[in-house]
Amino acid sequence: MSARRRKPGFPPDADPDSPKAAYRGGPDGEQTGGSSDYVGDDLANRPERTLWGDAWIRLRKNKLAIIGLVWILIVVTLTLSADFWVPQNFASPTSTDAGSLEAPSAVHPFGTDRIGRDVFSRVVYGARVSLAVGVLAVGISLVIGLLMGALSGYYGGLVDTLVMRTADIFFAFPYTLFAIALLAVLGPSYHNVFIAIGILGWPSVARVFRSSILSVKENEYVDAARAMGASDQRIIFRHIMPNAVAPIIVYGTMSIGGAIIAEAALSFLGMGVQPPTPSWGAMLSEAKALMVAAPWLTIWPGFAILTTVLAFVLMGDGLRDALDVKMKD
Amino acid sequence: MLKYVVRRIFQMIPVFLGVTLILFVLRIPGLLPGDPIQLIVGEKPLTPALRAQIEEKNHLNEPVHIQYAYYVSGIAQGDLGESYQKGRPVTDILFDKFPNTFRLALAGIIVEIVIGISAGIISAIRQYSFWDVLVTLSTSILVSVPVFWLGLLLQMFFGIRLKEWTGGAVFLPISGMGNPPDFVHLVLPAITLASVSTAYVARIMRSQMLEAMGQDYIRTAMAKGLTERAVVFKHALKNALIPVVTYIGIDLGVLMSGAILTETVFSWPGVGREIYLAVMQRDWPVVMGGVIVIVLIVMFINLLVDISYALLDPRIRYGGAAE
Repeated sequence: MSARRRKPGFPPDADPDSPKAAYRGGPDGEQTGGSSDYVGDDLANRPERTLWGDAWIRLRKNKLAIIGLVWILIVVTLTLSADFWVPQNFASPTSTDAGSLEAPSAVHPFGTDRIGRDVFSRVVYGARVSLAVGVLAVGISLVIGLLMGALSGYYGGLVDTLVMRTADIFFAFPYTLFAIALLAVLGPSYHNVFIAIGILGWPSVARVFRSSILSVKENEYVDAARAMGASDQRIIFRHIMPNAVAPIIVYGTMSIGGAIIAEAALSFLGMGVQPPTPSWGAMLSEAKALMVAAPWLTIWPGFAILTTVLAFVLMGDGLRDALDVKMKD
Repeated sequence: MLKYVVRRIFQMIPVFLGVTLILFVLRIPGLLPGDPIQLIVGEKPLTPALRAQIEEKNHLNEPVHIQYAYYVSGIAQGDLGESYQKGRPVTDILFDKFPNTFRLALAGIIVEIVIGISAGIISAIRQYSFWDVLVTLSTSILVSVPVFWLGLLLQMFFGIRLKEWTGGAVFLPISGMGNPPDFVHLVLPAITLASVSTAYVARIMRSQMLEAMGQDYIRTAMAKGLTERAVVFKHALKNALIPVVTYIGIDLGVLMSGAILTETVFSWPGVGREIYLAVMQRDWPVVMGGVIVIVLIVMFINLLVDISYALLDPRIRYGGAAE
């Protein structure tokens, strides 16, 4: 969003903040300073534009991150458009018209499963479930985690203790086991999977955001805003949040990958998305018994999980470097 | 030192009570979808008489806070209830399985130490070389691989294909522990279980080693004319290892708790698989009891890691906050 505010024609590497520009000195500085277009720009926009603009430039140079981004876009496009081309050219993911356990061929690129369903079609439609669960689960974690982290980091004291002790309790649970226990009570279903993963994810978000806020709130502009009589709400949302959000973007991107793996694992154990809805994890669970007769059943859904998760991890790594966020590995 | 240990233990108590509270809340009828009494009964029809009997036996007719008191005092006395399916105390069932889980976790830790640390060192001292790129790339891939899929692939390749190609001469077992338990059966499950952590160990080792190699005392050692081997192993490695060892320590707890997928894929008769089977059979006390025992073990291991860290680093002991 903020990257779009960049003035067209402004040379990206003539950024006055970059050390390169400082070395170049004279001509560049003159050019930047002399451009009435640039000087006339709303000065309030300057720091924001350089942060996000720089980040995008750095991200573009990171080949692996771009590969990740492109792969994510491809998966999203294939998945969203699946209704228009998959059933027509291959088969609907739930149709059992094909022969049982056919090896991959032109008609069925990834073969067919035990009851004659087209595996390619199921892998493509499985991406819907995985992406939806990933995004929704991380969305839930972000909403709860940002709120808790903001309260805890901004107010400190008793609120901080309460929130962080609650987070400790959540951290004490082994992740998979807690998810299973939660789903055993809620009942296995598509909705409950992203709710469970989302609920389990908030403490990490809260921790990351809290420490980010703690460092941002020491800045003078926060004191200045308070001295001018700004309300807590205004300080949090207008001054602290925008500056503390970079680590959250990095963490959120990586978490989508984590949530996709978690969904696959839960569905693999039969606690997640239920048949006949195609889910990569559930497909692998069915494939387990047919490993010898039909290896393609094991290979393709797993490959789909691996590449999609890897894309989010690479993208997250790239964002971390681009936004210059320091995180524990 | 003793003061630090005592303080750490007292910090653990509210967290553990919180864990029991959450698990307890999950059992309250009507609070969440799913009726625990129906879960207790399973597939059998639920008559009012049976319901009353079960409520009586499990103190479900008491007020909620009394129920919680019963629940916590039961845990404190080592009573985790009885399995609905097997009619045996949950603690007995878990104690039967724990040695197997521990065995697997230990094997996983060995994989982490041997492969993870050496990959990290090679990657760091030959930065940007072919090996470094290989290690960096494969760690990124490894953290994105779902462990159960890796397990299936290993089974497919080392268990089935290799057996076919060599006419049954060379292959690795893919299920169970062997009878009597042997080391061959450990290989594939241990690699599967340790895969993600090994990647993390290699990453942390690499970054710590790179940082250590940039320090002044390394330059001094180099300037004194020490061999690269001496500088790397005597000076850099010792300092770089501390965070890695901490990670591995904490990971021992994670491996013992996170083995549910690996144990299921390899039919390894451990606690994780027991809990999974219990979930499938709706054997509620085994699930909840298993979670509690694992939480306790993880907390205990984390405590040991913290104590050993405090022994090594006086700043933690006296500074108070570990952050």
